[in-house]
Amino acid sequence: MCMLPTDGGLIYVMGEPERFSTLPLLPFDGAARGFLEQLSARMMADAATRTMPDVMSFAWWCRKTNIERLAKIYDSAELRIGRGLAFHVTPTNVPVNFAFSWAFSLLAGNANVVRLPNRDYPQISFIVGHIAALMGEEAFAELRLMNAFVAYEHQEKITEAFSAIADARIVWGGDATIQAIRKSPLPARGVDVCFADRTSLCVLGAARILELKREALEQLASSFYNDAYIMDQNACSSPRLVIWLGSEAETEEAGMRLWKAVRAQVERRYELAEVASVDKFTQACRDAIELNCVTEMRRGDNRIYRLRLNALTGETANRRCGSGYFYEYATERLDDLAAVVTSQVQTLTYFGVPREELASFVQQNRVRGIDRIVPVGEAMDIGLTWDGYDLIRTLSRICDIH
Amino acid sequence: MSAMTVGLSAMVEDLLGTPPFSMEDGAKRAYYAHALSELTLHHSERSPEYRRIACLLGYRSGDELGMEEVPFIPARLFKEYELRSVERSEITKTMTSSGTTGQAVSKIYLDRMTATNQTKVLVKIVSSFTGSKRLPLLIVDSPAVIKDRALFSARGAGILGFSMLGYDPTYLLDENYKIDFARLDAFLEKHRGSRILLFGFTFVIWEHLCQTLVRVGRQLQVDGILIHGGGWKKLASLAVDNPTFKRVITETCGMSSVYNYYGMAEQTGSIFMECEHGVLHASIYSDVIVRDPVTFSSLGSGRVGLLQLVSLLPTSYPGHSILTEDLGEILGVDDCPCGRKGRYFRVLGRVKNAEVRGCSDVHASH
Repeated sequence: MCMLPTDGGLIYVMGEPERFSTLPLLPFDGAARGFLEQLSARMMADAATRTMPDVMSFAWWCRKTNIERLAKIYDSAELRIGRGLAFHVTPTNVPVNFAFSWAFSLLAGNANVVRLPNRDYPQISFIVGHIAALMGEEAFAELRLMNAFVAYEHQEKITEAFSAIADARIVWGGDATIQAIRKSPLPARGVDVCFADRTSLCVLGAARILELKREALEQLASSFYNDAYIMDQNACSSPRLVIWLGSEAETEEAGMRLWKAVRAQVERRYELAEVASVDKFTQACRDAIELNCVTEMRRGDNRIYRLRLNALTGETANRRCGSGYFYEYATERLDDLAAVVTSQVQTLTYFGVPREELASFVQQNRVRGIDRIVPVGEAMDIGLTWDGYDLIRTLSRICDIH
Repeated sequence: MSAMTVGLSAMVEDLLGTPPFSMEDGAKRAYYAHALSELTLHHSERSPEYRRIACLLGYRSGDELGMEEVPFIPARLFKEYELRSVERSEITKTMTSSGTTGQAVSKIYLDRMTATNQTKVLVKIVSSFTGSKRLPLLIVDSPAVIKDRALFSARGAGILGFSMLGYDPTYLLDENYKIDFARLDAFLEKHRGSRILLFGFTFVIWEHLCQTLVRVGRQLQVDGILIHGGGWKKLASLAVDNPTFKRVITETCGMSSVYNYYGMAEQTGSIFMECEHGVLHASIYSDVIVRDPVTFSSLGSGRVGLLQLVSLLPTSYPGHSILTEDLGEILGVDDCPCGRKGRYFRVLGRVKNAEVRGCSDVHASH
């Protein structure tokens, strides 16, 4: 048993700071699995879940069959055990990210202190409410002592106190947050898992898009919309650069086809904030001034900005705006892409390009970026392998037996 | 000065002989289409940054554009780039916007011609409200604002501009922003029997004049006219609107002639004045276009959108057509009961900073 920090301004939304257990579990321990399965069942049975798609996706991820599938993947002869206490600093603007971060670490075998976002998202109180209720049951008495959800305004002292006792620290929220949190030292053996600012891109095979029947095209447009617009194009995995593969004629025509279908999605589903329309316009002006490779801007209206590039260079890789602002480049050679794949690039979404070709692109060009290659529509699907980390293995230690 | 620049100067000169609220919308649009096309060409030939933007927006050198087709640029760009359409050696003043503390400030590069026109036009517009006879001027601000000429702020520019409109300019506040009652009493005594012109920034007047008078329990009896501007952002957070402001001015200073103006540092001089009926009027030197936030198409009366401001004055920097971050609506054209011609409108305030989604935390951006 240990004591967690208590301090003015530190609120335990769930958890008992006076008696907290940091004894680790084995990865995919029965209690942890059982807990997530029941949590999933309860949330799925709660009608309110249906009104919150992001909560739904978390509940769906925790379901029994998925956890069983994952447990099989990690089933191996090596002896692994959780690191101890994991301290999570979660991002302010993705409501359910904290829940995934917590669930991953729980499955890795850790006790957890999760700092919640300082915003009143209904998703947070909903999920924490379900977790707390379930923790009250006798079967989860041990887990109850191992998990706490806390809230506090930016206070270095509190971050310091948690960091000082953490065996692992998981920091979301991008470069600036990471830099701020890193001022608080971890114990010598503590491990930092930091999710930095990243950017993502999309590779589309023009020929395949030209073959699509209307329904399939709409499906693709809807998937593309989900990747790009659901998080206002601000998630690390939202595509910002679109690469068209094919001849000039093909890419031009396929572009017209797909963007028209995406426009229909955007018109129906996306609400553009007034400030975002000024932001996007301002970004276009900046690009006009600063980038030599921008040749043309296409925007039917402010919901979709498309900036055509005549070259791929490192300077375009890190540019970001959000809310539906895309750079586009057409080429017949996938290898052209290597120039923009800096270590910043996280996800490559693809359609109409063989997956093997993409894998061999990464191998042959020995690129420093791209941690995920997934079909268009799966950009937002967070999992145990994220940002190039295997979270179960990073958040547990190996006991080497000979 | 090139022949073209002389032409642009003459454009403003020509209008100085015309009453500032006398042009009907139809005539004005035709005039502005040409004038703004000329200005667009002027700036695209001289400011490389502006040229690149205009080009990306589809502008081709020499295009004759309709008033609503003239490219606009966001006000924010003046905070990020050195945008000017004259050689650095011709710049006589660099004006900075007051800007909220901690944020980047706009930098506006003025040459002699633009600066002179700003002053002339300001005098022209305001004196159509105050009368051509110059009045004793009480500035509701501290001389500290203009002391450091190197820090030439839009607020300082406003004060200097208004100083042309009156005589015996006297600062009401001391260096510490406290009312100098001795100076105030002496000023009122000296000009007893004459109408007085008061000028200041809205929030300064509210905070340092109204609030102080309420606190010390003093009521002035000023026979005069108050002109104020600078925005409602701070007062909106105190839930003080224009009618409240006017009422409190009447209660504390005894004046009922209170006029608000709207303008931006990027278009100093060609301000929009509030009339007796409480609406803002575009003078012959500037105009307003309301843009749909989603499509940027121009909206007619009664539809709320982003305000685009156009002005004939900026020749030393590409600020003749600017997209603001303010929302507003046109209320009517040529038919305000006050008799002023042209468009009249109202401003509804700044666009809200959206709660952006995404996995990178937002650290006080914008």
